[in-house]
Amino acid sequence: MEEKVYIFRIKRFNPQSGPESYFQDFEIVLSEYERVLDGLLKIQSELDPSLAFRRSCAHGICGSCAMRINKKNRLACQTLVKELPKVITIEPLPGLPVIKDLVVDMDPFFEKIAEVMPYLINRDPPPERERLQRPEDQEKILEAITCILCGCCTTSCPVYQQSKDYIGPSALLRAYRFIFDTRDQAGKERLERITSKIGLFHCHSALKCLNACPKGIDLPAHIFKLKKLALKTAIRRKD
Amino acid sequence: MEEKRHYFDVVVIGSGLAGLRASIEAVKVGSVAVLTKLYPTRSHSTAAQGGIGAALGNEEPDDPAWHTFDTVKGSDYLGDQDAIELMCYEAIPTVIELEHMGVPFSRTPEGKIAQRRFGGHTKHFGAEPVRRACYSADRTGHAVLFALFEQANRLGVRFFEECQVLDIVIEDNKVQGIIALELKSGILHIFEAKAVVVAVGGFGRLFKVTSNALASTGECLSMLFEQGVPLEDMEFFQFHPTGIYGLGILITEGARGEGGILINGLGERFMEKYAPTLKDLAPRDVVARAMLQEIREGRGINGKDYVYLDLRHIPREIIEKRLPEISSFCKIYLGIDPAEAPIPVAPTAHYAMGGIPTDIHGRVRADIGETFIEGLYSAGECACVSVHGANRLGCNSLLDTLVFGRQAGKHIVQNFKDLTKGSVPRARIERVKDMIKDFINRKGKERLSNLREELQEVMTTYCSVFRDEEGLKRAIESIRDLRERFKYISLRDSSLIFNQELLNAFELYHMFNLAEVIAQSALMRTESRGAHYRVDFPSRDDEAWLKHTFAFKRGEEIVFKYRPVMITKFTPQERKF
Ligand SMILES: Cc1cc2nc3c(=O)[nH]c(=O)nc-3n(C[C@H](O)[C@H](O)[C@H](O)COP(=O)(O)OP(=O)(O)OC[C@H]3O[C@@H](n4cnc5c(N)ncnc54)[C@H](O)[C@@H]3O)c2cc1C
Ligand code: FES
Repeated sequence: MEEKVYIFRIKRFNPQSGPESYFQDFEIVLSEYERVLDGLLKIQSELDPSLAFRRSCAHGICGSCAMRINKKNRLACQTLVKELPKVITIEPLPGLPVIKDLVVDMDPFFEKIAEVMPYLINRDPPPERERLQRPEDQEKILEAITCILCGCCTTSCPVYQQSKDYIGPSALLRAYRFIFDTRDQAGKERLERITSKIGLFHCHSALKCLNACPKGIDLPAHIFKLKKLALKTAIRRKD
Repeated sequence: MEEKRHYFDVVVIGSGLAGLRASIEAVKVGSVAVLTKLYPTRSHSTAAQGGIGAALGNEEPDDPAWHTFDTVKGSDYLGDQDAIELMCYEAIPTVIELEHMGVPFSRTPEGKIAQRRFGGHTKHFGAEPVRRACYSADRTGHAVLFALFEQANRLGVRFFEECQVLDIVIEDNKVQGIIALELKSGILHIFEAKAVVVAVGGFGRLFKVTSNALASTGECLSMLFEQGVPLEDMEFFQFHPTGIYGLGILITEGARGEGGILINGLGERFMEKYAPTLKDLAPRDVVARAMLQEIREGRGINGKDYVYLDLRHIPREIIEKRLPEISSFCKIYLGIDPAEAPIPVAPTAHYAMGGIPTDIHGRVRADIGETFIEGLYSAGECACVSVHGANRLGCNSLLDTLVFGRQAGKHIVQNFKDLTKGSVPRARIERVKDMIKDFINRKGKERLSNLREELQEVMTTYCSVFRDEEGLKRAIESIRDLRERFKYISLRDSSLIFNQELLNAFELYHMFNLAEVIAQSALMRTESRGAHYRVDFPSRDDEAWLKHTFAFKRGEEIVFKYRPVMITKFTPQERKF
């Protein structure tokens, strides 16, 4: 296995030692199969145990380890070092308050998700067996249900960076997941919620979220479908 | 150190499937707090790929009685048959209820929940494989976890995320509450409650190569053990046959359910030799041992310590539809496309069959008889009911978390009036604070991460798929030695905010206990059954060992008692697949 030296240039911040953040370089040896997360774990074990970052599953499914790696929002556990240059700059996700080093406060992000009533609402009495859903109907939400709530998309959005009141692509995708689920009955309320305030139509298709999703979800396509539906509904209401 | 006090009627530790399902039930009668050391949807249940077993019969005839038999047989007859029967019959309404809560299951052409084959699940009591696993592509855990979290929120369950429990307070044989550190603020939270549900998941991080999350460290089991609560059947730890070589990342058994086969260095489909009927879909203990035997006899790929999982004959379309996640793992981590190249795999530490002993209502046993710790419940991977006995079947764990999470919640609801409010004594809070101070101030010469790695090495070498007396004794000695060295660790981070070093120290402190219980329980059991294989005692010995191990801490020693297995319908037979 080939091994190489990498420089991890990490943005540090510790509220208990001072208000300023700064960059610190760490030199480590990693093999071609190792990921940025392996590098961070190695630094934490061997060089500086005070380095803080979130992690759990270590294979891109829990959404803990989103951070900015060489100016792109990515999952550290899904980014192989061999794809990167020797100097790897690592910063916390942008636009969220930093708690310590690479750990950001995700509360503002989750508050936006909560606004869309993120749970299936079906007011009919439940049938004895499952509610039927044809595969072609399920197809519509197949991509949306793979979201891991890592925050990569919303924090890459220029509209969100400008106004923290903007709902953001991740919450819109959550809304989509229920609005387009044939079993859900609260589509109208959800549409209202996402179009009021600084919502759906403040998205001006900057398309920064297009390549931001580590699960490969095509966010602009989903947002586009939501806009189409919202316009259709509005026109119908006027008629 | 700042403190905050709370009262909730019910406190649940863990926001995986078991904890969430319990909270959804318990919130019907009172206030419920769920504490979790992660953000709720990051719990490791989210990693479950393959499916949930339930004899819905959507794709072909099936019967919960067959499911019961398969589970009993899969457990190598160590599972308690009353609990297994309950689980397999409850499976059907449980899955239907999940669908109503919004879980996006994959569908049959007519819109019903789709089902696929999984290891050890058969029709007509072992005749041939059956489609029993209900799935959402290969992201079943994620789909279920999200739906449960969403519904729990909707029902008013309060979440305390990134709060790591440092002590579970039992006094006078009753659970009084818990003490937890909030990561982002460094505040110590004290919760008092009528009932506490421990649903903290697995502890695969005791081993070097595992499918488990970095958070799967099991400290809460040890907190109970230190206060005299027994741990049951800890020698039974499942190694999943198909972890990605070197990384341990899981390739679901569903890949074999869809037709994938294992091949050795000679290109042979070797499972035909070991399990002529079920072949690659034999239970995991059988497959993992067969793989390692092939490797030991020099038939690994190029003589190395792995074999291939071959999906190349499965149409690309099926791989992309039903196994998209594992297909993406292969591309990202190995740079291969599983439709075109075989996947290098080796067994990976996967699942703890043993754990906190409970009855079918989730009540935590105080001893081998029918005595319980008042107000204390447990469910999910950390608990041992026992439905998995010596070996768990695939798809039965998600089922276990849901059925027994709900059982625990239901029991709390039904007995709510009789439960009394707990009270956490000052001394217990001071003890936790002292421990924190003590850890932070340790300035010895031992490095925490070295000790953890050495522990994982010991467990992997001596307590994995093959075990023997000499190795287990050596393991116990090494674990004690490591525990001694732990006294001389040195911590460099002295802050209380997101101090992962401190949390790692707490976790490791407790991992030594679990490691020793596993090694000692395995040393005591001089037979081979399910996942516990003793090279020096290669056969099953029902006369001496058809019983559950209960390990107790008494001073510095571990003592053992044994509890009979509950056998109702199926008398033990030799397992053939
Ligand atoms: C890769 C993989 C694939 C799997 N696939 C399947 C499958 O297809 N079918 C199947 O049936 N089973 C499967 N399993 C097994 C199954 O997923 C797990 O056994 C099950 O999800 C465990 O759920 P749980 O609720 O018990 O625990 P988890 O989901 O692990 O949750 C544990 C919770 O406890 C919390 N916690 C732990 N310690 C503390 C503490 N000290 N303080 C506060 N909170 C704490 C954690 O934060 C977390 O919220 C799989 C397992 C793995 C690893
Ligand atoms: S650690 Fe779970 S997504 Fe990276």
